[in-house]
Amino acid sequence: MPLLTCQSLSLGYEGKTIIENLSFSVNSGDYLYIIGENGSGKSTLFKTVLRLIPPVSGRVITGDGLSDREIGYLPQQTMVQRDFPASVSEIVLSGCLNRCGIRPFYSKREREIAHLNMKKLGICDLAKRSYRELSGGQQQRVLLARALCATKKLLMLDEPAAGLDPKGKADLYQFIERLNSEDGITIIMISHDIEPAAKYASHILHIGGGGPLFFGTKKDYGASGLWKIYGCREGGDISWA
Amino acid sequence: MGVIIERLSYFQYPFVRYALIVGVLVALSASLLGVPLVLKRYSFIGDGLSHVAFGAIAIATVLNLSNNLLLVAPVTILFAVLLLRIGQNAKIKGDAAIAMLAVGSLAVGYLLMNAFSVSSNLSGDVCTTLFGSTSILTLDRFDVYLCLWMSAAVLVLFLLFYNKIFAVTFDEDFARATGIRANFYNLLIAVVTAVIIVLAMKLVGSLLISALVVFPALTAMRIFTSFKSVMICAAFVAVSCAALGMLAAIVAGTPVGATIVTANIAAFGVFSLLGLLFRKKA
Ligand SMILES: Nc1ncnc2c1ncn2[C@@H]1O[C@H](COP(=O)(O)OP(=O)(O)O)[C@@H](O)[C@H]1O
Ligand SMILES: [Mg+2]
Repeated sequence: MPLLTCQSLSLGYEGKTIIENLSFSVNSGDYLYIIGENGSGKSTLFKTVLRLIPPVSGRVITGDGLSDREIGYLPQQTMVQRDFPASVSEIVLSGCLNRCGIRPFYSKREREIAHLNMKKLGICDLAKRSYRELSGGQQQRVLLARALCATKKLLMLDEPAAGLDPKGKADLYQFIERLNSEDGITIIMISHDIEPAAKYASHILHIGGGGPLFFGTKKDYGASGLWKIYGCREGGDISWA
Repeated sequence: MGVIIERLSYFQYPFVRYALIVGVLVALSASLLGVPLVLKRYSFIGDGLSHVAFGAIAIATVLNLSNNLLLVAPVTILFAVLLLRIGQNAKIKGDAAIAMLAVGSLAVGYLLMNAFSVSSNLSGDVCTTLFGSTSILTLDRFDVYLCLWMSAAVLVLFLLFYNKIFAVTFDEDFARATGIRANFYNLLIAVVTAVIIVLAMKLVGSLLISALVVFPALTAMRIFTSFKSVMICAAFVAVSCAALGMLAAIVAGTPVGATIVTANIAAFGVFSLLGLLFRKKA
């Protein structure tokens, strides 16, 4: 059974449909890359899958032992968060809240998990620092550590590399690749960077014009040539093998 | 000098000491709540509610209720829920709707009090409702105990839900995605705000209550940058300002609410300056 299935899903806000008739499924271990223009509804799709907003019609089904509260979510950065007084460790630890249930405080085990994930992302030395004083790349790593605290199975990342320099981007994509291949965490990622898709993804979902333009394996996507409407400054020498 | 000594002698009455404790506790609860309210951009709820509470008090006065809290508390809580809904709904122009509601309650409340009040000292009544007791001694025993228990309840709720409140305040979407019932906590925050506003109204009056909610949080944020330290500092500032303010009010014979708020303004000024020095060095 797939980890996540969307069945003829239509989504939008307050009856206004943005994407219609979207069907796809994600199996354990997959790396699904979601591509589409700004405003095509990618973030809205994430919110629908996470049950933050109800679907207009259709269904989102979680399976393979995945509970819908143990998905690690990295939201698209919003300006509201940026002046918030919070330390790095406070934020990362808050990813463990779904393990607490009604218990009011974090257990020792949860503090350990938070620490391990900070170590993984190399932000232990930032633990006491204020989130709002960090660079964009450091902030993304903090939010990624938080998402990792919330899940062992599925990460949903909404434009995690936006605003990073080329080196920062490359590092981040490599790190996410290792989470997928070494830790076996399923990845669903929204991004505008086309080369990492060719390099790392297993499946591609391309959204546009109010619906899905493509869903399938990376290889088929490469053959479809759809990606050429995106940045093809490389002149089409991307290898989708 | 003689006057001051006479006023200091008030402290020998246990009742005055209780009132001091209540003032401090109410200020403490308001400040804790103020941090998430300010950070969630919900401070308008506090402001709107205080006006609604004034309208409710006016109605209670006109109806000649023996204890007006029985009407004021439910009405204010109801409007807290309503304001929260309005604030979350992107379709309605939230701030304009709330401004209308707030000013409307004030106007209707004043009108009712003027038209129907049996009191011989109408302007005194209105002034007390707007700006709080001129003297701490006008609090009655029932109010003191009620405040005591309600503040204790707020403190316990805050301790129990501290981590959840942080998560919902910092990033509501993420919190909801991991199964935190964000709507419940938003509701809790709104309802507790209503309760605190009703309680604190006796002390500082409906126009000044927002200051108790907003000032300590903003003051703490001038210097501190983690959620926990902001909470602790806000609580500390609120308690100090309330205690100093009330002592000063008793000794100098100034109105309690205005004195506490003035202390808060001073604290904000000092912290802002310190914050500037801090940042420049860093
Ligand atoms: N909270 C909201 N209420 C109503 N419409 C929204 C809301 N958020 C986004 N939209 C609209 O939904 C569309 C898709 O937005 P979004 O999912 O953020 O696109 P993407 O992430 O692909 O750039 C946009 O036209 C946007 O204006
Ligand atoms: Mg988006």
